[in-house]
Amino acid sequence: MATFIQLVVDGLSTGSIYAAIALALVLVHQATGLINFAQGGMAVLAAYSAWWLTARGVPLVLAILASIVLSFLLGAAVERWLMRRFERGDPDTAVVVTIGLLTLITGICGWLFTYNNQQFPSLFSLDAVSFLGVSVSQRSIGTTLVIVVVMFLLQGLFAGTKLGLALRAVAINPQSAAFSGLPVERLLMVGWGLAAVLGAIAGAMVAPQLTLTPGMLDNALVYALAAVILGGLSSPVGVVVAAWIIGVLENLAAVYIPLIGYDLKVAVPFILIFVVLVIRPQGLFGRKTVVRV
Amino acid sequence: MTLLELEDVTAFYGPVQVLEGVSLSVPENGAVGILGANGAGKTTTLRAISATVRAGGRIVFDGKDIRGTRPDRVAALGIAHVPEGRGTFGDLSVRENLRVGAYLRKDRKGIASDIDYCLDLFPNLQDRITSNASALSGGEQQMLAVARAIMSKPRLLLLDEASLGLAPSTAKAVYDAIRRLRVESGIAMVVVEQNANLAFTLVDSATVLETGRNVLTGTSAELRGMDEIRRAYLGG
Ligand SMILES: Nc1ncnc2c1ncn2[C@@H]1O[C@H](COP(=O)(O)OP(=O)(O)O)[C@@H](O)[C@H]1O
Ligand SMILES: [Mg+2]
Repeated sequence: MATFIQLVVDGLSTGSIYAAIALALVLVHQATGLINFAQGGMAVLAAYSAWWLTARGVPLVLAILASIVLSFLLGAAVERWLMRRFERGDPDTAVVVTIGLLTLITGICGWLFTYNNQQFPSLFSLDAVSFLGVSVSQRSIGTTLVIVVVMFLLQGLFAGTKLGLALRAVAINPQSAAFSGLPVERLLMVGWGLAAVLGAIAGAMVAPQLTLTPGMLDNALVYALAAVILGGLSSPVGVVVAAWIIGVLENLAAVYIPLIGYDLKVAVPFILIFVVLVIRPQGLFGRKTVVRV
Repeated sequence: MTLLELEDVTAFYGPVQVLEGVSLSVPENGAVGILGANGAGKTTTLRAISATVRAGGRIVFDGKDIRGTRPDRVAALGIAHVPEGRGTFGDLSVRENLRVGAYLRKDRKGIASDIDYCLDLFPNLQDRITSNASALSGGEQQMLAVARAIMSKPRLLLLDEASLGLAPSTAKAVYDAIRRLRVESGIAMVVVEQNANLAFTLVDSATVLETGRNVLTGTSAELRGMDEIRRAYLGG
């Protein structure tokens, strides 16, 4: 039983990382109707910038905050000078451009910082807290809590603020949005900037655990995509819950289903996606809209 | 006082010129119709005004040449475009659509009372206030499109074929409401319609376009009396 609870808690913590990337994907999708495959890459770049600052003696919290600001600017700049050329055209082209961007960012990180694993300091202590005979690291708890807070902030943004409403309107129909006086281009930049901020938070949470490499979030991106499809593209709460389910099931399956084990656990979310999409094509929590990937 | 003046306006989709020189004059509080067959350039004329097509010539609103401004800036000047096909936000609720319409406004009380006004003008929307726009009937979507435009408190409304695809009774209901809006608010209007009978219930004067040019302009009474208008647009 203790092992089981341990696995669940660890699963929630890794699931939270997938959740953060998934939230970023949802945000860009809400604002532009696109899936940004470079989301993980941009988050890695943010983590490297925080790491570079700490290596120069900047306190960790400040370094992470600086990387968050930088990420906002990077996200906005990517929209302004790269994606804008493609947003009005064929969505498939735009998605391919984001895949190209991922490759480019990974290459830049490798070239600037080498492909060696770098140690990234942790925001939370590794000390364990014990309850019910289970010991859980403060890092697991902290990571999960941060993501819960971010999830509610994002849900509140979309459902309860003028900015969130404007972002959604621009995604649905940019021309009508402009007819109502919405500054479409600036809103798109803000949407991409905020998504990059979410990525930066995820990067800072996961880097201590995985150690920093240019491809650090490649796997997380795959899981995040699975969470986005499972949770429904329109629901921040939905994708976070889906990401947790994936994180937990993946951990449990690896231990309790011998056939799967650690080598095959990456298949778990895809089996889950397959089953869910057959039963509920709009995802577990999503509204019925067409997924445009 | 003239609110909007188009002088010799041209427009292009890529290299293709579709307006060859259109003129139009809308007085303050006036309503002017644009009639014409499919493909005559009616929609493009509205798009030239709202800066969503590349245009030449002079487009003067409230004394300023606004040609070449951005669409959102044109909206901010007080021009609300209700596009052909309605352009409502399908995944947003009726109330959210109306709030997007009020994006540029800061007066919370005024926004709330204008939402009430829209629901009074279009009672069909009352029960649908929390429904997604995509779940509305065609007539309700058209009403929502007009209501969204009203929410920006415009000085000029551009209406593009508000009757398109609607049953005759629904189309009449939409035009009745717009006529009431005109009387109560004094908002000036440019009304594009293929159904000239319907248009003449709303506008004071109209111009007829053919292949991107004005071919006839006159008051509603004058145009209604002309044989060629009767034959081409009034069904006899
Ligand atoms: N997006 C477009 N690209 C190219 N040509 C267009 C486009 N929209 C309209 N046209 C052409 O411009 C002309 C005028 O169209 P439009 O203004 O839509 O006419 P109307 O609204 O009077 O039916 C037509 O010949 C039409 O084929
Ligand atoms: Mg038209």
